[in-house]
Amino acid sequence: MKFVYLDNAATTKIDSRVLKAMLPYFEKDYGNASSQHLIGQNAKNALEKSRKIIAKSISAKTNEIIFTSGGTESNNLALKGLFFENYPEKNHIITTKIEHDSILNTCKWLEKKGAKITYLNVNKEGFMNYKELEKSITNKTFLVTIIHGNNEIGVIQDIEKIGKICKEKGVLFHVDSCQSFTKVPLNVNKQNLDLVTLNSHKIHGPKGVGALYIRKGIKINALIHGGGHEKALRSGTENIPGIVGFAKAVKIAKKRDVKKMEILRNKFIKELLKIPNVNLNGPMKNRLCNNINISFNNIEGEAIGGYLESFGICTSTGSACMSHSLETSHVLKALGFSPLRANSSLRISLSKFTTEKEINYVINKIPKLVNKLRKISPLEGGKW
Amino acid sequence: MMKYSKKVMQEFLHPKNLGEIKNADGIGKVGNPICGDIMEVYIKVKDNKISDIKFKTFGCAAAIATSSMITQLAKKKTTKDAKKISINDVAKSLRGLPSLKMHCSALATDALKLAIKDYENKKKKADR
Repeated sequence: MKFVYLDNAATTKIDSRVLKAMLPYFEKDYGNASSQHLIGQNAKNALEKSRKIIAKSISAKTNEIIFTSGGTESNNLALKGLFFENYPEKNHIITTKIEHDSILNTCKWLEKKGAKITYLNVNKEGFMNYKELEKSITNKTFLVTIIHGNNEIGVIQDIEKIGKICKEKGVLFHVDSCQSFTKVPLNVNKQNLDLVTLNSHKIHGPKGVGALYIRKGIKINALIHGGGHEKALRSGTENIPGIVGFAKAVKIAKKRDVKKMEILRNKFIKELLKIPNVNLNGPMKNRLCNNINISFNNIEGEAIGGYLESFGICTSTGSACMSHSLETSHVLKALGFSPLRANSSLRISLSKFTTEKEINYVINKIPKLVNKLRKISPLEGGKW
Repeated sequence: MMKYSKKVMQEFLHPKNLGEIKNADGIGKVGNPICGDIMEVYIKVKDNKISDIKFKTFGCAAAIATSSMITQLAKKKTTKDAKKISINDVAKSLRGLPSLKMHCSALATDALKLAIKDYENKKKKADR
């Protein structure tokens, strides 16, 4: 086996059916959706058809979907767009300590502009405390923003419960569903979601396209001004091939793929836990179907990841040495783990294309590599 | 994985001189278990020369590669010359390190220096 891709939480391979659906919009119907002529109108039709598919997948109305360049932009639009609409009357946002950087760094930036941010704690498994959320809401709060399925440890928050609290307290609720979309049911009405971030490249669609669901009636400021596209909330000629591909990816996502990933993931976790001195990070239940995050104690995550890569196996790590800043993962830190356990973590993320044969190949390699690295490790034997 | 030179990858995947030396003449331990890498260097000294050297490292690819490299650079050198091995010498022998990873190299030279110092201190005590 030459190549096993297990970094699907970072991005996924495009589905060939998605690619096929996109191609005509590069070569044939390449028109600008704002143009009045035929190829422009063909593009416009494709745009609106795609919007309908995506809206339907979360039980939203078609005109409640705004296309963006991806999850990061959608998160920025939701937070900044609402802040500038509500400030200075209201300036308080509630979020958690385990959000994606596109939420956390936007919050940090907004703090400099006058926002007050509450970063909620999570427990050892990554679940937030709903009572703590309720207590944090003040008359200055305009938004609660929560990551649905966590990108590092896979924990899934109970958004229906949060939605209910937000509705009762009269504050808006934004959900970052980049990792959970098509994997965990999303229903904006049943779950009381006011804004939802969606993206394409985590679900075998193209990169550079995403969406923000904004419930009808919510006032929000635009970040990008221009020709008034997307209800003037996101100007700029629409990325039709990308949007068509995104919709196709949503359309072909199947429940049975989720089930398949879940079965493979459970088998994988079970085998990994047979290795001595390992810890699963994140919960066993209410976990994204494709996420595994495990600490091989006394070994640096990058070291085990590097050894796996030498066998063509692509994974990712939350260890300090991997990030640009050499800082330990803020998510694992928030779970209260020691830096050593955090730095020993490896993230393995599956896709619908992952096979049992691939899993067996990796399971067969890991114990040997762990053994080899532990022989080098000064931490073995508990001297430190 | 970060982009490393072929030499770094080779030393990372197939490190030399790993393990401990029982009855070592000098031991150098550096790093901080609270954050980041940990390194141990063990030396055996004969006629003022490092006759044997081994290491143990908890760290990333660069940390393991620099440990392996410094043991090779120090072996058979006099303790005086081994002390002079610089961060740049290690990085150069590895055909370069990403700038973010230069601290790994510093850890390796520190561990070696501490091991030699430990040997010298023990020797002084014995000579007294």
